[in-house]
Amino acid sequence: MSLKPRFTSTVMARGRCKACWVTSGILLVILLSFWSLNLQWREFLAPDAMLKMGQFLMGFFPPETSPAFLAKTWTALLETLAMSALGTLLAALGGLMLALPASKTHADDSARAKPVVRLVLNALRSVPELVWASLLLIAAGLGPFPGTLALALHTTGVLGRLFAESIENAAPGPAFALRVRGVGEMRIFLYATLPQIWPQVISYTLYRWENNIRAAAVLGVVGAGGLGQMLSYHLGLFQMRETSTVLIGMIALVALVDGLSYVSRRWLDR
Amino acid sequence: MAAGLTFPALRDPAATGRLGALLVLAVLLWPLLVWTEFKPWELLDARSLKSTGKFLSSFVPARHDAEFLTLMAKETWRTVAIATAGLSLAFVLAVPLALLSTARLSISSLTGRMAAWPYGLRQAARWLAIVLRSVPELVWALIFVRVVGLGPTSGVIAIAIAYGGMLGKVYAEILEAGDAAPTQALLRNGAGRLQAFFYATLPQCGSELVSYTVYRWECAIRSSVVLGFVGAGGLGQQLDTAAKMFSGGEVSTILIIFMGLVALADRLSAWLRKALG
Amino acid sequence: MTVLPVLELQGFSVRHAAARADAVTIQGVNLSVQRGEAVAIIGPSGAGKTTLLHAVACALKPVSGSITLLQTQPWALSRRDLHRLRARLFLAPQSPPLPPRQRVVTAVLAGQLPRLGLWASVRSLFYPMDIPAAQDALAHFDMADKLFERVDRLSGGERQRVGLARAFVSNAELILVDEPLSALDPTRSQQAITALVRAAQTRGATLITTLHQVEVARAHFERIVALRDGRVFFDTPAAAVTDGMLRDLYADHEDELTVGMQGAAALKDGVRDAAEVTRAMTCR
Repeated sequence: MSLKPRFTSTVMARGRCKACWVTSGILLVILLSFWSLNLQWREFLAPDAMLKMGQFLMGFFPPETSPAFLAKTWTALLETLAMSALGTLLAALGGLMLALPASKTHADDSARAKPVVRLVLNALRSVPELVWASLLLIAAGLGPFPGTLALALHTTGVLGRLFAESIENAAPGPAFALRVRGVGEMRIFLYATLPQIWPQVISYTLYRWENNIRAAAVLGVVGAGGLGQMLSYHLGLFQMRETSTVLIGMIALVALVDGLSYVSRRWLDR
Repeated sequence: MAAGLTFPALRDPAATGRLGALLVLAVLLWPLLVWTEFKPWELLDARSLKSTGKFLSSFVPARHDAEFLTLMAKETWRTVAIATAGLSLAFVLAVPLALLSTARLSISSLTGRMAAWPYGLRQAARWLAIVLRSVPELVWALIFVRVVGLGPTSGVIAIAIAYGGMLGKVYAEILEAGDAAPTQALLRNGAGRLQAFFYATLPQCGSELVSYTVYRWECAIRSSVVLGFVGAGGLGQQLDTAAKMFSGGEVSTILIIFMGLVALADRLSAWLRKALG
Repeated sequence: MTVLPVLELQGFSVRHAAARADAVTIQGVNLSVQRGEAVAIIGPSGAGKTTLLHAVACALKPVSGSITLLQTQPWALSRRDLHRLRARLFLAPQSPPLPPRQRVVTAVLAGQLPRLGLWASVRSLFYPMDIPAAQDALAHFDMADKLFERVDRLSGGERQRVGLARAFVSNAELILVDEPLSALDPTRSQQAITALVRAAQTRGATLITTLHQVEVARAHFERIVALRDGRVFFDTPAAAVTDGMLRDLYADHEDELTVGMQGAAALKDGVRDAAEVTRAMTCR
């Protein structure tokens, strides 16, 4: 694997190095981005801005530790954890249900529903959880319920596609033997395909839980409850000490779920 | 032959384990449902159905007058620009982080265990990357909006910090996944760390590093939309405004543009990865 | 009173799934099998034995000719009727079609699926409903102790026997087995083939097996059909097969013939070989 020559002028002059052109194109876009955004670097890097930020950061310490507030934070933490867990679980079920019509299970499969279902899955996963949440607030009101649904919808798109790819990549032998006997597709899925893809199903689901705990933590910003709602509220009131407690809770929760997911995946792989 | 013998009916040994697991799941599920106030029937009550129905019906037709579309075009570019600028800064942050934390360039470990100081430094760099990446970029954005005010700066900084941690950690992992021998050979012969990096480590991992970075650019665009919800501008902010004003027509236009943008970025990123890999 | 055959092939030509558009793997085969017969199909590698078996199992559509299976024309049936016809036959592919992480009991009981309802099938996944049937089927192959093991923890020969045990619970009228002995040592081979033939007999089912081991075919089957280059080379009762016919059949493939006979020679001498033979003896 040789290092591709980057900016040797002779190479560029010859115009043969595709990677060079692409790289210069990328640099151009980057420069344009910075220039067009008119970023307030002065605001950020000027000495008085630095001082302001320093003071701002100082406001974070010490974190608010009154029992009443800790209790509130604990409830919000449980709410966020529950949102992420339930949302991921619902998405795993939804993904499995949609994965079968979204995949071509064997060479003669008409797979009539595949294009439509794939489109649905793509639409679900293109829209970020936050956008789903803000739209679902209209139907479900404020609180963790729209947050859970938003997570479930978005993650169904992600998992559905991953599961469909697993189904298509599974060894065809067991399914073939059952299909030859006229067994229905659902039963073939349960007895031949699902046992093969099961480790991947669990692994992907746990991995998405890690992602969803971060998403759940911030969904509250639009009103979907949990730690995010507390964060947005206290930050808006410039209550920095309370904010830092909530932030610590967030970081701890994310670390906890990351750890649980890692340990579960190791245990299941044994 | 065993035919003709009858066996005492055996119990399935996995049955108790499965039943136990099912019970545990049920016990865990109940509090989840309670804490998330999971009441799907509320979606169907008369009042909520009416407002949902009204909102959904206002989705069609999607707003497509020239003035709105020009505004959307500008905001789309702004979203992409925030993502690109943020990711480039993240790259600038991630490279030193990765170089500092990777064990691949360790000179002290050439002769056995890594010495204490370098080990501490490397662990510190690793943990810094992990902390940066654990805080969701939205949180960073929220904080920076307080400092620098509304606008794209907070978005760019938020993406730079969060993605810097992410890229730093993954770059280090990619560097360590490759074969250590070429790098160690150069280091043993007295080459400097950066020299060894450019001549031995980078050629091995270069394409994977590029590939991952391009993939993260795609994700940065999605993050950039999300950051718009806290005032960083771009499509996200427009979507937030439109949703709060219940203008279904604008929401559907923005959603369509957004899905198109994501699909385009997806395609572009795949092409870039092939061209640069 | 004419007894209608279970299987009737006329001018049957089939193209193998992966073959070129103009290559026909099975050419103009005429075959008629009566109910309750036990037929062994032998032939050198590339003769098309597996393709023929899969075509009989309605997994491959014929290019020309006709097939009458269990007194019906399968390819003239509607999809639903074809589905129901499929339940009456059983195909055991050469490579055991068992999901690696599934347990033996579930893998064997999957043979009952065509006659179980959906709810019963799902329930059986959580708690196998007919453990005695699986036990009995496995006992014929000396595998009853592996009832609750995972498939991927078994050896190649054990997996092959589990695949054969599925036939026992299937209640099929036509049992098609592709190379049942490829991973088995001579003692186990004898046990397996005897169990298969006897199972077919007691159920009144028809058994068609492709075999590489010529002497096993001669010893256990009443009728032998030989294929060579996609055509029927000879179709005679086993007793009438001479060594000369076999030599002609395996012309240019003599090594396969000796191997096939060597395995049988060990069988005849009753040599007990504890190690499971690897798949080097197959012709695929």
